[in-house]
Amino acid sequence: MFRSLTAATRQVEISLDGETVSVPAGISLAAALLLMASSPFRQTRKSGSSRAPFCMMGACFDCVVEVDAQPNQRACQIQVTAGMQVRRQLAAQEQT
Amino acid sequence: MKTEYQLVVIGAGPAGMAAAQAAAQQGVEVALFDEQAQPGGQIYRQVDASPLDDVALLGKDYRLGKPLVQAFRGAHLDYFPSSSLWYLDKTLQLGILRDGVSHSVKAQKVILAGGAQERPMPIPGWQLPGVMGAGAAQILLKSAAMLPEDGVVLAGNGPLLLLLAWQYLQAGVVIKAILDTSPRGSRLKAMRHMPQALAASDYLWKGLRLMLSIKLAAVPWYKHASNLQAEGEACLQAVNFHSGGKQHRLETELLLLHQGVVPALHLAQAADCALQWNPQQQCWQAERDRWGQSSTPNVYLAGDGASIGGARAAHLDGKLVGLQVAHDCGLLEAAQRDRLAKPVFAARDRHLAIRPFLDACYPPAQDMLVPADDTMVCRCEEVSAGTVREVVEIGCRGPNQVKAFTRCGMGPCQGRFCASTVEQIIAHERGVGVEAVGRYSVRPPLKPVTLGQLAASSEAELEIEHD
Repeated sequence: MFRSLTAATRQVEISLDGETVSVPAGISLAAALLLMASSPFRQTRKSGSSRAPFCMMGACFDCVVEVDAQPNQRACQIQVTAGMQVRRQLAAQEQT
Repeated sequence: MKTEYQLVVIGAGPAGMAAAQAAAQQGVEVALFDEQAQPGGQIYRQVDASPLDDVALLGKDYRLGKPLVQAFRGAHLDYFPSSSLWYLDKTLQLGILRDGVSHSVKAQKVILAGGAQERPMPIPGWQLPGVMGAGAAQILLKSAAMLPEDGVVLAGNGPLLLLLAWQYLQAGVVIKAILDTSPRGSRLKAMRHMPQALAASDYLWKGLRLMLSIKLAAVPWYKHASNLQAEGEACLQAVNFHSGGKQHRLETELLLLHQGVVPALHLAQAADCALQWNPQQQCWQAERDRWGQSSTPNVYLAGDGASIGGARAAHLDGKLVGLQVAHDCGLLEAAQRDRLAKPVFAARDRHLAIRPFLDACYPPAQDMLVPADDTMVCRCEEVSAGTVREVVEIGCRGPNQVKAFTRCGMGPCQGRFCASTVEQIIAHERGVGVEAVGRYSVRPPLKPVTLGQLAASSEAELEIEHD
């Protein structure tokens, strides 16, 4: 969906759903996950429908993910840091 | 540690930066809280720390933000980035969330400069991954140097949509199509405001240059596009729409929507500020006098968070409000304030001269103000336009009743993306104006806050960052 315009960016490693992935440093978690095309970010509780970032400015709450065991964190308002533990909030996992 | 300030400014966009700086220059003791990590707001986001190798592709206007941010960084005030305002009331008690801890701050005066948000553009399927605001995509470009893959579709209208198209073309992105949702006759209506707009002819030239570049790049341009529908199962696959008497289907994985910006009024409402309906811009705005004073004592409003005037006007507006606060604090005599303000008023009014033209030229389309039944109105609680209509039919007369019956507006965004649509549907069904329908009540927390964050509040100190 998106690509990065700058080729040589410093990378950091984060954990996404238990897998180690490399993402550009200095960008928001939402931007990083969009670059990896790891859609959806979450599924809704009511219907289980898929969601990804919509507003990118902290207003819509569609990009919320679990960060370091804290659920419902706005990925667009958080910068990626090395070792960050990220889990997408998918319906099947939420029910457990 | 300080828990009390003479003036607290909320927002570090052009209005907030200027207001804080102008007041601080006159000796007011100022704290500024902003949700972003860097000053500049959304419009000048990361202007002095851009991840782009060549900032020129964002256009000249973006670079105007750099001296503003640099001047702000040099100002004598306490600046708190990455801080969310979650509590505010008319007694000027504030709750600030910073580094996972809630802090209580008391202000003698508050300037709200929270800026604007994109006007919600509800179409069937707009909740699918792959449908985003054009402003959101521009934030990705400014903050993370990210571009869409070739084949992106832009839909809606307004200066920001044109600018984004131009920026993408500068960067070599292939735009599949632009779906222009301006209704028939908008251009003609706008011409009535041309004489006034000529006072700000730089905006007109800029607009013409953007449109010419898009024409020269031969981007397919669909006029009077209507009945937009985002199609897809788990994510966007295509966009369907009417244009030129025909039905069209364009396959794409990214659809960027935009139909102007509206003031983000949650803060003003939390402080009990009176609002008024702006029929030209089809949005609510805050009531205030020419110096930014709201209907609540000691609460002032500056910039696009009060009423839409654009970034240039917002900066000048902030300056005026900052001077007024200094005056009201007894630090600036009226004569001196007026002398300093005179050229600022003149410059601000010049920038505002373009608005009636732009408002008439780029109105939101009727079928997206009052969407069809199968459109999701409340993205959080998944409430459709049809459900809202049903409860209006059985007697809900205002947004708060609709909320109680349907949970519409009760999710974490707190109505930021459904309020305008709910108001319009109710007004349409009842056959009255939106001003007769009113708004959702706004209650804290303005942003979600956990019990743990609240519990940690007593011991923590607010740490000031010095640049």
